[in-house]
Amino acid sequence: MTELPKSTQKKLGLVIDLDTCVGCHACVISCKGWNTENYGAPLSDQDAYGADPSGTFLNRVHSYEIQPAEGAAQLIHFPKSCLHCEDAPCVTVCPTGASYKRTEDGIVLVNESDCIGCGLCAWACPYGAREMDQAAGVMKKCTLCVDRIYNDNLPEEDRIPVCVRTCPSGARHFGDLGDPDSAVSQLVKERGGVDLMPEQGTKPVNKYLPPRPKDRMPEIDVLAPFLAPVDQGAKGFLGWLDRTLDKL
Amino acid sequence: MHPAPSVIFFSTFSGLGFGLLFWLGLGWPSPTGLVAFVFFAIGYLLAVGGLIASTFHLGHPERALKAFSQWKTSWLSREAICAVAALILMAIYGAGAVFADQHWRVLGVIGGLLSLGTVFTTSMIYAQLKTVPRWHMPLTPLNFLSLSIAGGALLAGQVTWALWLIILAGGIQLATWIVGDGRFATSETTIATATQLGGIGQVRAFEPPHTGTNYLLREFVYVIGRKHSFKLRLIAIVLMAALPVTLLLMPFSHVAGGLAVLVHVAGVLTARWLFFAQAEHVVGLYYGKR
Amino acid sequence: MTHKQPVLDLSPPVSDEIRKTTCYMCACRCGINVHMKANADGDMKVAYIEGNRDHPVNKGVLCAKGSAGIMQHNAPARLRKPLKRVGERGSGAFEEIEWDEALQIATDWLAPLRATAPEKLAFFTGRDQSQSFTSFWAQNFGTPNYAAHGGFCSVNMAAAGIYTMGGAFWEFGQPDWDHTKLFMLFGVAEDHDSNPIKMGIGKIKARGARVIGVNPIRTGYNAVADDWVGITPGTDGLFILSMVHCLMKAGRMDLDYLARFTDAPVLVNGDATSPEFGLLLRDEAGKQLVICRKTGKLTAFDAPGVRPDLSATHTVNDVTHRPVFHHMAEKYLSEDYAPEAVADRCGIPAARIRAIAAEIARVAFDEAFELDHEWTDFRGDTHKTMTGRPVSFHAMRGISAHANGFQTCRALHTLQIILGTVEVPGGFRFKPPYPKPATAHPKPHCGVTPGKPLDGPHLGFVQGPADLALKPDGTPARIDKAFTWENPMSAHGLMHMVISNAHAGDPYKIDTLFMYMANMSWNSSMNTGGVMQMLTDKDANGDYVIPRIIYSDAYSSEMVAFADLILPDTTYLERHDCISLLDRPICEADAAADAIRWPVVEPDRDVRGFQSVLCDLGARLDLPGFVNDAGGQKYTDYADYIVNHERRPGIGPLAGFRGAGGTNTGRGAPNPDQLDRYIKNGGFFAHHIPEGAQYYKPWNNAYQDWAVQTGLFDAPQPYLFSLYVEPMRRFQLAAEGHGEHQPPDHLRDKIKHTMSPLPIWYETDQQGNEGFKVTALTQRPMAMYHSWGGQNAWLRQLHGHNPLYVPPKLMRENGLKDGDWARVTSPHGEITVPVLEMAALNENTVWTWNAIGKRKGAWALDEQAPEATKGFLLNHLIHELLPPKGDGLRWSNSDPITGQAAWFDLKVTLSKAAPPTESKPVIPKQKSPVPKAPKSLAWKIQ
Repeated sequence: MTELPKSTQKKLGLVIDLDTCVGCHACVISCKGWNTENYGAPLSDQDAYGADPSGTFLNRVHSYEIQPAEGAAQLIHFPKSCLHCEDAPCVTVCPTGASYKRTEDGIVLVNESDCIGCGLCAWACPYGAREMDQAAGVMKKCTLCVDRIYNDNLPEEDRIPVCVRTCPSGARHFGDLGDPDSAVSQLVKERGGVDLMPEQGTKPVNKYLPPRPKDRMPEIDVLAPFLAPVDQGAKGFLGWLDRTLDKL
Repeated sequence: MHPAPSVIFFSTFSGLGFGLLFWLGLGWPSPTGLVAFVFFAIGYLLAVGGLIASTFHLGHPERALKAFSQWKTSWLSREAICAVAALILMAIYGAGAVFADQHWRVLGVIGGLLSLGTVFTTSMIYAQLKTVPRWHMPLTPLNFLSLSIAGGALLAGQVTWALWLIILAGGIQLATWIVGDGRFATSETTIATATQLGGIGQVRAFEPPHTGTNYLLREFVYVIGRKHSFKLRLIAIVLMAALPVTLLLMPFSHVAGGLAVLVHVAGVLTARWLFFAQAEHVVGLYYGKR
Repeated sequence: MTHKQPVLDLSPPVSDEIRKTTCYMCACRCGINVHMKANADGDMKVAYIEGNRDHPVNKGVLCAKGSAGIMQHNAPARLRKPLKRVGERGSGAFEEIEWDEALQIATDWLAPLRATAPEKLAFFTGRDQSQSFTSFWAQNFGTPNYAAHGGFCSVNMAAAGIYTMGGAFWEFGQPDWDHTKLFMLFGVAEDHDSNPIKMGIGKIKARGARVIGVNPIRTGYNAVADDWVGITPGTDGLFILSMVHCLMKAGRMDLDYLARFTDAPVLVNGDATSPEFGLLLRDEAGKQLVICRKTGKLTAFDAPGVRPDLSATHTVNDVTHRPVFHHMAEKYLSEDYAPEAVADRCGIPAARIRAIAAEIARVAFDEAFELDHEWTDFRGDTHKTMTGRPVSFHAMRGISAHANGFQTCRALHTLQIILGTVEVPGGFRFKPPYPKPATAHPKPHCGVTPGKPLDGPHLGFVQGPADLALKPDGTPARIDKAFTWENPMSAHGLMHMVISNAHAGDPYKIDTLFMYMANMSWNSSMNTGGVMQMLTDKDANGDYVIPRIIYSDAYSSEMVAFADLILPDTTYLERHDCISLLDRPICEADAAADAIRWPVVEPDRDVRGFQSVLCDLGARLDLPGFVNDAGGQKYTDYADYIVNHERRPGIGPLAGFRGAGGTNTGRGAPNPDQLDRYIKNGGFFAHHIPEGAQYYKPWNNAYQDWAVQTGLFDAPQPYLFSLYVEPMRRFQLAAEGHGEHQPPDHLRDKIKHTMSPLPIWYETDQQGNEGFKVTALTQRPMAMYHSWGGQNAWLRQLHGHNPLYVPPKLMRENGLKDGDWARVTSPHGEITVPVLEMAALNENTVWTWNAIGKRKGAWALDEQAPEATKGFLLNHLIHELLPPKGDGLRWSNSDPITGQAAWFDLKVTLSKAAPPTESKPVIPKQKSPVPKAPKSLAWKIQ
C-alpha cells in the first residue's frame, strides 16, 4: 500500500496565491474546526488553557520578511499544509501501509486505524505537513477535505476543501492540477506557480503563486505630465479655473 | 531532531545486542551450555530490550504487527522483519548451543548476517531521509554497523577484533561528524528554496505561525549549542573509543574488559544522543531555526 | 503487488441540522451556518461553524475568529451565575447568587438614583451591537451618561465622515470593489469590515488592480499592497493635503462634480466684522447660496436647473464673499503643502508623493468610464450615464487614533471628493442608511429630570456651541465631558474618560457605574494600572470612591474582578440580537440589510442575555418604554422587544417581514412571526436598491425615494458634501468672542487653531515628550480583531504572547537582538517586554499586538499562561491625560475636536534590559470566579 501508485487519474491540489494572502489565519482555524469534527480522530489540544498550549493543526500560516537589494522590506504570509506530492516520501517510509496516495485523485491520506504512530512519515516530509496527534497517537495531515469534495450531503458549490471555502481574500484555489485546462492549471501557468523545495524531489501537487513585484510605482518622470501645474500661484489658478469652467 | 531517550536506547542497545549475536552466529566465540546461555541472554536482552524501548515512542504499539507488511518500500518494515528473522534464527541456533552443545553453523551465519542486516535497516531508516541532510549519507549505515560490530566484538570477548574495530568505528564516527557538519549547507535546501521567495531578496523567517509550540517544533527543531556539542563529542569519542582501546591494550582482566564495555556503551549513547540532537531537519527552515 | 487502498466513505453525514445566525466574534457581523450534531444523549450540540454563502456581508467566507466561535461558545471562562462581590474590589472574590437577588440588588441601587438624580448612573457599553436598544434604556432611565465604546475606538473616523459627506468608511460604506482600479488604504489596525475588506482586496488583486498601503507597519493588508508607504505616524493628514496640493495645482480635479454635489461653490461670508464671518451664506429657508454660472445670480444651491459656479464671487457693500473653492485654493495651493515641504515630516520622499498623486489622477481621470444607467439628480437634471472614477480609498483606525485624527480623516475625504470619486462607480459607496448628513442626525441631549426620561437621544452631531452638553453654569452635563469645549464634536461620547472622571468627581460624583462588555480595567483603558487603582480607591470613610459597579459580561474578564454585582451574559450562540437599521446594520452598497442572532443552543448555565435583563430591570424600575399600560413588564425579553418595539410608527428594529403576513419592507406593523421569517431566511434580510439608484445616492432622486419607502428617512434629504464644515467655524467664531456661548479662555487658542472648517494638519501636543522620539503603536491581530480572545483555545495558540516589534535601526542603536528584552519608557510609565526585529516597519516606530496580555486569574487561563507572563499591554504607557501644562491644567489625551482617545500619539524610548522572569509591570492575580479549565481538548460531538 505504501507503494506509490504509478499514476493517478487526477492530481487534486491547492494553488496558494502569496500575492493575495493577508495572513488572517482563517484557513488555519476552519481546517481545525472541520477536521476536529470530521475525518478520523479530532485534532486535539494539550494544555489548552495553560502555560504551554499546543495542538494539532493541519495548516499553518508562516510569515517571512524579505529584504530586496533596494527598497523597502516586504512581508509575505505563507500558508502551508500537505502538498500531496506525486513522489510522497511520507508514504513510502510508512511501515504499516497506513499512509497512502489515492489512485483516483492523488490525495495523500493516513488510514488512522493502521497507524502505529511511529512518526517516521513526518520525519520524511520536508514541509512539516504531518503532525502526530498527542491525544489519539496517530498521524494527522491535510486530507484535502476528501470527506467534502465528493460529499453528496453537501451542496455542490461546497464540495471544496474548507480552507478554500473560507478564505476571505480568495488566496486559495482548488482543482485538478493534472488537467492542463483546469482553472488552477491555467492560473499556475499565468502567474508562474512554483513548487516548494523542488530539490527534494517530492514533486508537490500544490503550487504557490509568487507575489507580484512590489514597490515599483514609476517615479515622477513618467507620471509628470499628469501633474503639470495649470498655472503659477493661487491667482493664476483661479484664472485657469474660470477658463476651464467655461468649457464644462 | 528531538533526542528521544527511547530511540537512543533502542538504537544503541539493539545495535550492541545484534552486534553480539552477529559474532555468536559466526562462531566467535562458540560457547555451549551455561556460558552460551549467558552470551545469548546478554545478546537477547540488549537486542529485544532495545526493540521494546523503541515501541515506547509509538502512538499505538498494539498495532505493531502491521509494521511487517510494507517491506517493499519501508526500511522500518524491513527492520522489523529482519529483526524478527534474526532473533528467531539465532534463538534456534542459541538453543542448539545451550541445550544440545550444537553449533548449527549455517543457521548461525545466516542469523548473524540477519543480525547485522537489522542494524543496517535501522541505520537506513535514518540514512534514507533526504529531509535530514546530516543523516542522508553512506556514513550513517557505516557508523551504525561499525559501532555494532565493534561493540559486539567487545561483548563477545574478541579482544583483538574489538581493539581494531573500535579504532575503526571511532574513525568512522569522527568522519560522520566532520562530514555531517557540512551536509546541511551542501544540501540544496535553503530558506529560499523552501519559500521560493529568494528571487525577491534576502528571506528571513518572521513570526512563527503560532506563538504556541507544536509537534514539529518539538520533534524536528531541537537546537543545541555549538560549544556544548563539541564538548559532548569529545566525551563521546573518549568514552566510545579512546578509553576502551586503552583498557584493551592493558593486560587482560575481566574488570578492565567490563569497564571497557561500560565506557564504550556510555560513549555510544552520547554519540547517539548527538546523532539526534544535532540532526537538522529541513522543516526547521520554515520556522527560521536553521 | 498492486496498489491497495482502503475504501472510504466519501459522503459522510456533515451534521444533523444547520442553524443560521450572525457571528459576534468581532464587529463584522458575518452570517454563519452553525452545524449541529446530536451527541450520544441526543442533545444537539454545536459541531462546526462556517460562513453563510447567501449572506450579504461575507458571502460564505469566514475569518479565523468566526471559525473559532465554537471555542468561544464552549470556553471554560464563561460565567455561570450572577455574582455578588464578597471580597475587596479587584480581588475577584465573589459568591454566586440567584437572578432574583441580583435584579433586586440592581433595582435597589438604581431606583433611588432615578427618583432623585438620574445622572448618578453612568451606563456605558463596550463592544456590544445593540446600542439603539441600550441607549433607549438609558434615555428612559433619564441619565445623560450613556455611550458606547466609539470614543476610544474610532469616533474620528465616523464623525469626520458624517460631518464631511454624510458617512464614513467602515460600516458606513465600502469601495466599489467591482470597478475600482486603484485602492488606497490608510492606517494601522484591522477594520470593522474585516471580511468584506479581505474579499474586496482579493477581488481587485485577482483583476491585477493596484493596492497602495499607507501605514507605518507593513502587515496584513499592507503586506499585500503593491506599493507601501511607511509613513511617520500621525502625519497622514499632511501627506494627504500635499497630494491635494499637487492635484489642485495640476487642475486634476473633478470640477463638474465639485460644482454640482459639494459645497465648493457655496459662498462664505467674507465680512470680517460680522458675527457670521466665515459662515456659509444662506437664504431665508436656510439653504446654502451659490452663484449660478448660467445666470450669474445668487441662488439656493438646490434650485432646479441651477449651475453652481465654483469660481464666481459675490460682492455686497464692498465685502466680497468667495466660494469655498477659493478658500481651498488659497489654503492648499500654499507651498506649505508642497511635497518638498512635507517630505521630511512624513518620511516620504517628495518625488514619491508626487508619483502617488499623479497615479491617482491618472487612474481617476484617464481610466474614467461610464455606466449606462440614466439617473436624475435633485435639481431635476437627468444624466444619461454614470461616470466612474476607479480610485477608491479606505482608512482604518490608525489615522484616526491621533489627536489630529478628525482633521486627518476630513483631509482624506476631501481628497476623495475633489477627485469626484465618492458615490460614483469605481469609487467609494455608502451603505444604507447612509448617506445621511450630520444635520439629519439628532443633536446630543442632556436634559435631566428626576424620575423622567432624558429629553432626547444622548449622542448626536452638534451644529455649534448652542448644542453642547453643558449645564446652565457652563459645566459639563455628562460625566465623560462629551460635547464640551474640550471636545465639542464628541459624537460617540468618551467612554475612556468615565472612570477617571468619576474617580475625580469631575465634573461631579456618580453613584453607580454600569458597564457591559467593556474591559475597562485592562485593555480598553489607557493607564491600566491607574484605572485599577481608581476602581478600588476608597475615601476617608473607607467607602469606594466609585460607590457601586455593576458589570455584565459573558466571560471571566479582567473587569469582572472590579464589579460589585455581575450579571452574566450568554454567549453569542445562546442569545437574541438584532443588527438593526436603527443602529449599525449589515447593509451593502446596493442593498439595505439587517440581521438577527437567535439562540441556536440554550445556555447550560444560569445566565441571561443582557438585553433581556435590561427589559426586566427596566420594568422593575418602572421605565417608560419598558412597562405596559397595566404597569407590568412590557417586553418579556429582547426577542419580544425586537419584534414589537416601534421607534416611529411602523418602524422597528428589524426592517424585514413587517406587517401582517410579513409582506412589508421597512415600514409596517409588528409581525409576530418576524423572527421565524428571519430564521427561515438565513438570519438576515436584504432589500436591494434599484439599479438606477445605486450610485450618486445623496443626490439621486431614485435613491432618495427608495430610502423614504424603505423607512430610512421620512422625506428626501439631498445635500451637498461639506468640504467646509460650518459647525467647526461656529466654534471658531465663539473662540473669537462671538455669540452667547463662550469657551473658557484657556481653550480659545486651541479651538481657533484646531477647528478649521477646511481640513488642516497640525502637530499633536508634544508637551512632555521631550526625549521620547519613537512612536509606539498597537494593532489587533486579524485572528483576534475586535475580540479579546484569550479564552479561545484555538486562537490563543496563534497569538499567546506578543513581542514588541522593533525596526533594524532601533535594534542596532539599542544593542538588541531577537529574544532580548527592552525597557520601554514613556512620559507616563515603563514596561519591560521581549523584542523582535521587523524590517518592514517605519524606522522610527515600534509596535505590538494589542490585548494579548492578560491578568493572572482572568479568562480561566493558568496563572503561568504566556498571556500573563510574556504578554503585555502598551496601555500602561499611555495616560488619559497629557502631562501637566505650565498653567497646572491637564488636558485629555485625545482629539480636541471629538475627544477620540489618542492611542497612537504615544512616544517612547527603548533600552536593553536584563531578561526578567516575566513582563513588567507584574500585576497581582485576581481570583477566578469560574472553575479551572480542562487540560486538554479533543472536541468531537459523538
